[in-house]
Amino acid sequence: MKLPIHAVLTIALLSAHGGLLAAERAIDPSKSSISAVFTQMGVPVEAPFTRFTGRVDHDPAKPAEACALLEIDTASFDIGDDDYNAEVRKPEWFDTARYPKASFVANGLKPTAGGSYEAVGKLSLKGRVAELKAPVAIKAEAGGSRYSGVVVMSRKAFGVGDPAWQDTVEDPVKIKFQIFVPAAR
Amino acid sequence: MPIRNAPSTAYTATAIALHWLIAALIVGGFLVGLYMTGLKLSPDKLKLYSWHKWSGITVLALAVIRIVWRWTHPAPAPVAGQPRWQHAAAQAAHRALYVLIVAIPLSGWLYSSASGYPVVYFGIKALQLPDLLAKNKETAAVLKELHELLNWTMAALVTVHAAAALKHQLIDHDGTLARMLPWLHRRPHA
Repeated sequence: MKLPIHAVLTIALLSAHGGLLAAERAIDPSKSSISAVFTQMGVPVEAPFTRFTGRVDHDPAKPAEACALLEIDTASFDIGDDDYNAEVRKPEWFDTARYPKASFVANGLKPTAGGSYEAVGKLSLKGRVAELKAPVAIKAEAGGSRYSGVVVMSRKAFGVGDPAWQDTVEDPVKIKFQIFVPAAR
Repeated sequence: MPIRNAPSTAYTATAIALHWLIAALIVGGFLVGLYMTGLKLSPDKLKLYSWHKWSGITVLALAVIRIVWRWTHPAPAPVAGQPRWQHAAAQAAHRALYVLIVAIPLSGWLYSSASGYPVVYFGIKALQLPDLLAKNKETAAVLKELHELLNWTMAALVTVHAAAALKHQLIDHDGTLARMLPWLHRRPHA
């Protein structure tokens, strides 16, 4: 049996942090957002992923042991135009039929300057996995904490993009995220 | 280019250049606009949209320059011998065209903003224009209609404008067209 890569990573994540599961909390997608900004003909276009889930296990006293899992429905990328949305679901781009999920599994938060952190993790997209380091700012809010940041990735590294669009859509894609994690009760 | 009219009855070379430059850009932009909207999504479609937007922004900039030029360099009086109503109609059409060469690119810019696509002049990132509106599907749909309506209005006015110019040239033989096309002066006319 061939397990989807995100399932493998999830299992790996859970086993690595088996002892900490009690502190794990589900994110609140309704108060969170994940969007991608791609650039076509020099024009930055931002579009959200409207469906994603995730869990975060983060004890502020032990950032190095923090871990998180985000799972994104690739077919939920909504540019606001049916033609675009249909294009981006094609095999040359997200291939949503074969790879309905993308995931980011972070293991450990490294403190950086100015009270921020860097989340080191693995991004799995379209069957490929690569390390991704995302800057994260953590802010306490009413009822929980907000983890936000912007990270630039290469779409080509994950085989996302029809060669016909090579000159029209740039390779770097900015991922903007704001993840709200409700406080434990 | 020899302009035989006395300065008070002639358009300046700048006014003539702006007229024809804007004319070429709006005819080109209009035709590209008509063609591109029917295309299926492809890199070529996006290229045409970009060129359409760049030419529109160019028209907007030239229109502003042209209006300032017109304020500071009044147009010559109409050729003598025209009925009053004709002069009034021409003036109204000219005013409407001035309004449209500003309003059409602006409506396009607003439509682009509301659709979530910033306008990046010539694709140069330093020349990204500010978004005039936040992304909103309903607003975008209204602005699309407005942009189209203004364009068809302009197409009708430009047709009348060009037909009137040809009538002056071919029927009245009164030299009106030659004021905007100075090379016509080289030919004898009544």
